[in-house]
Amino acid sequence: MAVKVAAETLLRVENLAKLFPVQKGLFRRAREFIHAVDGVSFEIRPQETLGLVGESGCGKTTTGKLLVRLLKPTSGHIYLNGKDIAQLEGRELKQFHRTVQMIFQDPYGSLNPRHTIFQIVSEPLKVQGIGTVLEREARVAQMLELVGLSPAESFLFRYPHELSGGQRQRVAIARAMIINPSFIVADEPTSMLDVSIRTGVMKLMRDLQKEFGISYLYITHDLAVARYMCDRIAVMYLGKIVELGPTEAVIQNPLHPYTKALISAVPVPDPERGRPPVALKGEVPSLADPPPRCRFYDRCPIATEYCRTHDHPPLEEKAGRHVACYEA
Amino acid sequence: MALLEVRHLTLHYRTKRGEVNAVDNVSFTLERGEALGIVGESGCGKTTLALAIMRLLPENAYLEGQIFFKERDLLALPEEEMRRVRWKGISMIFQAAMNSLDPVYRVGEQIVEAMRTHEPTISPEAARERVAELFQLVGMSPDLIDRYPHEMSGGMRQRAVIAMALASNPDVIIADEPTTALDVIVQDRILAQLDEIRKRLDMSVIYISHDVGVIAEVSDRVGVMYAGKLVEIGPTAAIFKSPHHPYTAALMSAFPRLHGEKQELLIVPGEPPNLLSPPPGCRFHPRCPYATELCQKQEPLLEPFESTHLAACWHPLLQKRETLRARAG
Repeated sequence: MAVKVAAETLLRVENLAKLFPVQKGLFRRAREFIHAVDGVSFEIRPQETLGLVGESGCGKTTTGKLLVRLLKPTSGHIYLNGKDIAQLEGRELKQFHRTVQMIFQDPYGSLNPRHTIFQIVSEPLKVQGIGTVLEREARVAQMLELVGLSPAESFLFRYPHELSGGQRQRVAIARAMIINPSFIVADEPTSMLDVSIRTGVMKLMRDLQKEFGISYLYITHDLAVARYMCDRIAVMYLGKIVELGPTEAVIQNPLHPYTKALISAVPVPDPERGRPPVALKGEVPSLADPPPRCRFYDRCPIATEYCRTHDHPPLEEKAGRHVACYEA
Repeated sequence: MALLEVRHLTLHYRTKRGEVNAVDNVSFTLERGEALGIVGESGCGKTTLALAIMRLLPENAYLEGQIFFKERDLLALPEEEMRRVRWKGISMIFQAAMNSLDPVYRVGEQIVEAMRTHEPTISPEAARERVAELFQLVGMSPDLIDRYPHEMSGGMRQRAVIAMALASNPDVIIADEPTTALDVIVQDRILAQLDEIRKRLDMSVIYISHDVGVIAEVSDRVGVMYAGKLVEIGPTAAIFKSPHHPYTAALMSAFPRLHGEKQELLIVPGEPPNLLSPPPGCRFHPRCPYATELCQKQEPLLEPFESTHLAACWHPLLQKRETLRARAG
C-alpha cells in the first residue's frame, strides 16, 4: 500500500530520465541516444502550479508525458502521494491513470472529430467503468456548466468542429476534470488561442484549481503566461532543469545565465521601455549524446574553463532558490 | 504622396454560405523607410489585407477601393505588370514560409531559381554571388548555401526565406508573422536583423502579428484590426500610451506582461464575430463595456483625434484606461 508522505508534497520526481534511441539503418542497433529528459528532480505541492518553461526541444513535453505515464521513464522515480509510479504496468497503470490527466496544446487535434462533446467528455468515465450512461450524462452536463459551456444541453450533442478554439479547449479541460484528478499536466493549453480568449481559459483553470484543489504542471514557452499562472517556475534547457524557484523571484531576479537570456529576449509591449540585449551565442545544440560538461557551456556568456572540464552542475540551493550553475 | 496608399479597400469572399467581409473599408499609408505594424487576432483580416495588396487572392475574392504604389493603382494594373511589382516593388514573407522550402533542393538553389525566373538575364554565377551576399545580410554564413532545408534549424530557414524576399531589393517588404513559430531568443535576433536591414536599405516594412510585444518593438506606427476593420492607427508610442479604441485597450490589458508590476488580466467577454453575419453598427459593440444604442445602430468611421492618431469609436477612451483595468479585477 501507499506510504503517506509529508502533506506538503503531492508529487516528487527524482532523477527522472528518458532516452530515445536514434535508429540508424534498419537492422543496426542504436548507438546514439537523445537525452530528452536527463536527471530531473522537483516537487509539486497540493494545489500548486509549477511552471515548466523552456524553448522547443528542451524536454518539457516529454517530462509532462512521463509524469502522467504516457511514456515510461528510462530511469528515476515519480512518487505520487508517496507511491512510486515510474514503472507501473497493466492494471496498476490503468488505476493510476484514474488519478491524473493531461491537457494538450492543440484543441483542434486533441478532440475526436467524429465524437460528440458528450462522448468526448464522458470517455474517461467509460474507460474507467464509472456510472451508468444516465449518471455520466448528468455528470458531463454539470462539468460543462462548470467550464463555462452553458447551457450544457446545447453543447452535449454537438461536434468539435461546431465549436471555437476557446470552447474546444474548455471541452478538453472538462474531459480532464471529469474524473476528479488530483494532478493535471497542462501542455501549452492556451498557446493556440487568441489573446482575448486566452485570459478566460487561464482564469478558468485557476478557478478550478481553487475549487477542487488540483495541482498543475503547466508547460509553456511563454514566460509571461507562466508568470500569470504559476506559483513556482522551473526553467529547462537540453533535458536539464537549470533554475527553479518562486515565480516572481525567478522573473525579477534570474540567477542562471540561460534564464537571464530567456527573459531579456521577450519583446516588451511598451515602446518607452527598452530591454537589455540578449547575451547568448549560437543555437541550441543537438540532444544526442551530449559531452560531459555543462549543457549550456557552448552558449554561455560567463562560462569558464571549469565549466568545460566538469560535469553538468547539480541543481543546488542558493538563497531559497535552486540553480544549476558553477558561476551564478 | 506616400510610397503605398491603401484607400477604402474592401474585400469580400463569395462562399456557399454567403458573403464574407474579410476586409472592410480599410485605408492607410506607408512612407518610404517606415515600419508599420498591423496587429490583431486570428481572422481579423490582417493576412487577407496583405494578400490583397499583393493581389494574391483566390477567385472568389472581390476587391473594391484603390491601392496606390508609387502613384499607380495596383488594382488597375495588368497581371504582367503586377508580377513585376511583386518582384521589384513589394515582396512578402509568408507566414510559416520556413516550412515551405522545397526539401529536395538546396536552399541556395531555390533562391537562385527565384531570381532567374524573374530576371532571366542574370548569369547563374552572378545570382549565386548575390545569394552569398544576401546570406551575409541576414546574418548567415555563405557556407550554408549548399545545405538542404532539413540540415538547417528553424531560425536558419527563416533567415533564408527573408534573404529570398530581399533578393530583388524591393521597396516594401510585408512580413506576415515572421517569427511566430520560433523560440524567443531566435525571434529576438531575427527581428533585430530585419530592423537593421530596413534602416540600412531605407526599405519600408509592414509587420503583421498577433503579438502586441513584437509590434510595439519593431513598428514606427501601429494599426489595430478587428473583424475586418481597421479600428485604430497611429504612432506606436501614442497607441500604447493612450489607446483610444476600447478594443485596442482590451487587447493590451489581456496580454500578460513579463516586466513591471504583476497585473490582473482583462477578460474580454464573448468571441470575435462570424464575418458571414457581423453585428450591425460597430463590430466590437457586443463585447464593448462602453457600448450604447448609437454603437449598435451606426458604424463609427476612422477619425483623427490627434493629427496622426485615428480611431473608429463613438466613445473613445481618452483617460479611461485605468477604469478599464479596474473592471478586470
